[in-house]
Amino acid sequence: MQTLGSLEFWIQQGINALGLGSQYALMAVGLAMVFAVMRLINFAHGTVMMAGAYIGWLLLQRGTPFPLVALGMVLGAAALGIAMERVAYRPVRGAPDVALLLNSFAVAVLLENLAILIFSPRSRPFPMPEILTQVLHPGGDLFLPSIHLWALGGALLALTALALFVTRTRLGLAMRAAAENPTAAQLMGIDIGKVTLLAFAIGSAMAGLAVLFWTAHVGTINPGMGFEPVLKAFVACVIGGFGTIPGAVLGGYLLGALEIFLQGILPSGVVGYRDALVYAVLILILLARPGGVLGYLEAERV
Amino acid sequence: MRMSLAHRRWVWALRALLALALLGAGGAVARWGGAYLQRLVILFLINLMLVVSLNLFTGLTGVFSLGHVGFMALGAYTSAILTLPPALKAVNLPDLPAPLSNVTLPFLPALVAGGLVATAVAFLIGIPVLRLSGHFVAVATLGFLIIVRVVLINAEAFTRGTRTFTGVPPATTLGWAALWALLNLYVAMRVKGSALGLQIRAARDDPWGAQGVGVALGRVRLVAFLISAFFTGVAGGLWAHFLTAFSPNAFYFSKTFEIVVMMIVGGMGSISGSVLGTLLVMGSTELLRNLEPGISIGSITLGPLYGLSQIGLAILLMLLIAFRRQGLLGDREWGLEPIAERLGAWWEGRRAERVSLRVRKADP
Repeated sequence: MQTLGSLEFWIQQGINALGLGSQYALMAVGLAMVFAVMRLINFAHGTVMMAGAYIGWLLLQRGTPFPLVALGMVLGAAALGIAMERVAYRPVRGAPDVALLLNSFAVAVLLENLAILIFSPRSRPFPMPEILTQVLHPGGDLFLPSIHLWALGGALLALTALALFVTRTRLGLAMRAAAENPTAAQLMGIDIGKVTLLAFAIGSAMAGLAVLFWTAHVGTINPGMGFEPVLKAFVACVIGGFGTIPGAVLGGYLLGALEIFLQGILPSGVVGYRDALVYAVLILILLARPGGVLGYLEAERV
Repeated sequence: MRMSLAHRRWVWALRALLALALLGAGGAVARWGGAYLQRLVILFLINLMLVVSLNLFTGLTGVFSLGHVGFMALGAYTSAILTLPPALKAVNLPDLPAPLSNVTLPFLPALVAGGLVATAVAFLIGIPVLRLSGHFVAVATLGFLIIVRVVLINAEAFTRGTRTFTGVPPATTLGWAALWALLNLYVAMRVKGSALGLQIRAARDDPWGAQGVGVALGRVRLVAFLISAFFTGVAGGLWAHFLTAFSPNAFYFSKTFEIVVMMIVGGMGSISGSVLGTLLVMGSTELLRNLEPGISIGSITLGPLYGLSQIGLAILLMLLIAFRRQGLLGDREWGLEPIAERLGAWWEGRRAERVSLRVRKADP
């Protein structure tokens, strides 16, 4: 461990913050896309991550080579996202915000308890190849877990691809139009249903990628594993500005930095309260800048 | 609405009848009911308080709170710390600071103290959070729930952290639970019917219009929030002294979900709907929970089915949102007045018939 405040300390904190921030950014993007196209805060996003992890675990049990396991996690999560939109969200599209929110709660509880029913509630180890779990020593007292590099690289690739898709293709343009003004978009001949489905598919695939890194980080999986990360992803979305892709990415990295920073500077007696502080920041931002740092969406206030 | 004297008599007669029936049922459960039935009834009354309180805020204001279980936790831990005998405190909570470590309050003051702590915290978070709207309040109150959980886990001197808090005196009897639940129902009904309740509901249905006629939106919401937090805290205290041992896990997401489903089933904004919703949801989850250890149909045995009751709740909620979003009663109430009216009309009709018969006989 480096001494508090030294240059090495800050570099180490920066490495950790980038690694954690990449995971949060990947998770938050999915939430943001779904929120943008249907004004739904999708609590079930975390259970998509959990399901992705279990799909990977099942594939691993069959002796599938690891790259295919990773691909299976991403594609499996995307498939679940599509199924979820079809079965659970399409019938209630256009319902009041709170009804949508409650519906996503129900989906989350349903999937989590199905996983408990099928796989039992206990945690299982998820053996990862060494390339994901080794810790590099680039010099000095620094630790560089390779998972941070993977997460950062994966996030950069996936997010760049997403940015290109959203800005350079007709379908991406349609998606942005649907987010901006659904009625006008529909009048212009955009199929909102298709766009929504696509948002779920892409967002869930991102969640599948995120859970690959998350699982490598934590080492075990259990049916309730998606709950806490998805709440953090919410905080990230709120920090950056709810419903925008750049906001989600920025919020993810800011949240990662905030957590690592608090972890680093809080004295050991109060470090357990870190998450309480994080959620206090959430409430403060909702009050002071409901549109987030980027200030896109204006929350109604009374 | 003005009622005739006869009508009011009918209402009072029905009220007396209902009170007698409830008293009789309560007495029967206390006297002859088995331990299982008694526990179930007490649990029902506590859940009822949680649902009615949540409904008193969320149903009337239309603002969704996902943090009410946090108030329940505050009430539970506060009252439990206050009633724990000093000898047990020395063992279970050795680091408790001085004034708390040697006081022991009787049950009732401890319950009220729990409710007041919940109210005070509600005041602190209510001022900022209630300025938000729609699902932003839901997210902010969920943040509050997580903050409460983090504090419970870390404030080990007061709560034993993640370890089970044990040794709470089993003071919650059927009578106490019934008394508080009835008080809660009465207050909720009075608030809903009062001028304040009218303002709150007006603000829910048309915020701009209500503000236009002088409703202070933030203030009326806050008052509802505080009353609701008080009773939720008391319910937490009752719950703590009913189970006598609990840990922070009890006050988290699954409890929140359970209460929310009960409220939605009954209807947001309907107090009598809350009674109905609590009854129906508790009945069905109790049924499913009994299946969880496993069922055998003929020669087929289905192994342990953990999570079945939660799955049931989730499917119920999804169906409700898709097909009957307003719940069973919407925000209407099941009252005695319509029944009294019908009884009165029937009675009048009979009397008129008798009179007309007499008149006809005398006629020729």
